[in-house]
Amino acid sequence: MTKSLKKYFLVFTGPTLIAFLIAFIVPFFMGLYLSLTKFTTLTNAKWVGFDNYQTALTGNTGFVKALGFTALVSAISIITVNLGAFVLAYLLTRKLRGTNLFRSVFFMPNLIGGIVLGYTWQVMLNAILRHWGQTIVNDWRLGMAGLILLINWQLMGYMMIIYIAGLQNVPPELIEASQIDGAGKWMTLRHVTIPMVMPSITICLFLTLANTFKMYDQNLALTNGAPLKQTQMAALNIVDLMYKQVGKQGIAQAQAVIFFIIVSVIAVLQLRATRAKEVEA
Amino acid sequence: MRPITRRSMLGGSAAVALAATLAACSNGSDSGDSGTGSVYFLNFKPEAEEVFKTIASTYTEKTGVQVKVVTAASGTYEQTLQTEVAKSNPPTIFNINGPVGLATWQDYALDISDADFVKDLTDPSMALTDDAGTVYGSPLATEGYGLIYNGEIMDAYFATDGAKASSIDEIKGFDKLKEVVEDMQSKKDELGIDGVFACTSFTPGEDWRWQTHLANYPIYYEFKDKGVTDTPDLELTYSDNYRQIFDLYLNNSTVEPSALSSKYVSDSMAEFALGKAAMVQNGNWAWSQISEVDGNVVKEDQIHFMPIYIGVDGEEDSGIALGTENFLSINSQASEADQQASIDFLNWLFMDAEAAKLLTDNSVVSMAPYSAFAELAPADPLGAEVVEYMNNDDLYPINWVFQTFPSQDFKDQVGQHLSQYASGAEDWDDVKNYFVEEWHAEKSA
Repeated sequence: MTKSLKKYFLVFTGPTLIAFLIAFIVPFFMGLYLSLTKFTTLTNAKWVGFDNYQTALTGNTGFVKALGFTALVSAISIITVNLGAFVLAYLLTRKLRGTNLFRSVFFMPNLIGGIVLGYTWQVMLNAILRHWGQTIVNDWRLGMAGLILLINWQLMGYMMIIYIAGLQNVPPELIEASQIDGAGKWMTLRHVTIPMVMPSITICLFLTLANTFKMYDQNLALTNGAPLKQTQMAALNIVDLMYKQVGKQGIAQAQAVIFFIIVSVIAVLQLRATRAKEVEA
Repeated sequence: MRPITRRSMLGGSAAVALAATLAACSNGSDSGDSGTGSVYFLNFKPEAEEVFKTIASTYTEKTGVQVKVVTAASGTYEQTLQTEVAKSNPPTIFNINGPVGLATWQDYALDISDADFVKDLTDPSMALTDDAGTVYGSPLATEGYGLIYNGEIMDAYFATDGAKASSIDEIKGFDKLKEVVEDMQSKKDELGIDGVFACTSFTPGEDWRWQTHLANYPIYYEFKDKGVTDTPDLELTYSDNYRQIFDLYLNNSTVEPSALSSKYVSDSMAEFALGKAAMVQNGNWAWSQISEVDGNVVKEDQIHFMPIYIGVDGEEDSGIALGTENFLSINSQASEADQQASIDFLNWLFMDAEAAKLLTDNSVVSMAPYSAFAELAPADPLGAEVVEYMNNDDLYPINWVFQTFPSQDFKDQVGQHLSQYASGAEDWDDVKNYFVEEWHAEKSA
């Protein structure tokens, strides 16, 4: 088995490896290089060293503010998405009628693309807000609430599926044992179920974090940063700087690198923290 | 001969497939082998894609020169250009968006001062030049914008009791316009309209009529006073004029100002087409939008342009805003044969009567500033009016100076401030301050 694996290693991993190289590794290193240059296209880059990084962090590009807003939106939606998903999963693993139907219904929004979702919700929310003479882009708080609502609607079903898988893997004998020992429903949940689904929590937190932090399409379609870039998230800020201002491509690229580092660091820290809480049955 | 095993057959066919792919690639990228050069036109107007493909194949049939047309999706032209230009087989003809675009693409724009079609420009000042006067781009079309009005509704108003004017010719200047508009708004039920002006669209990305076209007016007059074509120190001296025309739009509209940030340009064009509004600020390209609305009630001979008046002395002699935004440039990094082929193609496109007709008949351009277009009548009513205004020597045109606006981001944020002003969240001073300060910041960066 190992021998034949070795023999066909390249045949099976080759295509993926090449694709990964072309679509990820090469652009990543090109990006690193470009972030240290001033460029219009990939071929006419001029070396400027770390100037771009300095401008990105201290200049008037709105990047730091966008990062702050991103963090705020992410923090709120990570909590709401995961709480909601867990509750849904908990309910849908009870013996109720039509759980399969509900599972599909809740999962469905995840299948729709972000741009479509954004525009659909924009129209719906604006129709509701019209009663108060408002629109979603009149006030940044409305825009933020809209974004969080959208994220919840899109991600909750997906996370729910993962939690359901986790809940179904909790050994029934553990639950039974705790009940025999006199634990109530709440005690069982708190001391048996949650520790046992910790791996699912790790995955879900990671996915929500990564998804909300680098969210772009939904932000573009729903508010496009309006009003006055107050609802502009980091990814949108980078793209806008790249294509809508003159001669700032290098700075935008530097911001992208900084953004990558921030997301990676947070993700690693979070993975460590929740992994530490995982237990064996 | 060795019998062919299954493995060597597999390997062989893989090799053949690979070779075929490579060959296909190099075929596609290298049609300039023969030394005649080929043309790769990166098109800015998605609505004109089919027409340009027809034009390309017509040209290929006539001359045998390959013309490839690639169209960037709406709103993604800059991205597409950036990636396409970096490829080994870059576009040979591309669009530059005025002097600000030229600053970005200077390294890629060929000096075309001596090209025949540039020399054929009816108005040489229409070309895109650097400070030294070297031509780097030539316009694709002349376009115009102003107040589009529905003649039927206006006539109905002029017939009402106590109308403030008896014909459209009496409206010459902001004061009269305001008087008429406000009177019309008070009689809107009688006239059967929801408001005089179609809604002032302010959904992000739908605000270009205000942050670009309307903002052009105060800047145009400021430049004119100062005798300059651009300045790093804008004062927005006509700020109050900008405000009063904008207020007029807001207060006499079909919808409440607070709802504007959810309105699209297509909403306002639909309102106009359905006869719910008497006027809408837009350009000649809007005809296709108006005529395509279901249930459209505006008759072709009842749709006209009126200049936008903002209350500046002498504006009774002003016409509509005429200009161009997109300049065609030749890629200076392309091979010489390709550059020559591209120039030949544009020579044909703008100087040959048949080619010019292909452009106007299909409404890609109503009008282009080359002599071959002088005899051609645009197919649509608004295009025809643009030509009329162009040839009217009694009126001075408002030039499109918005090409000098610092960046797309600048325009977008001006739109945001206008939207906030409209909804009451900001004062006009905030709009003005942003305009002046950000202009200065970006221009001197």
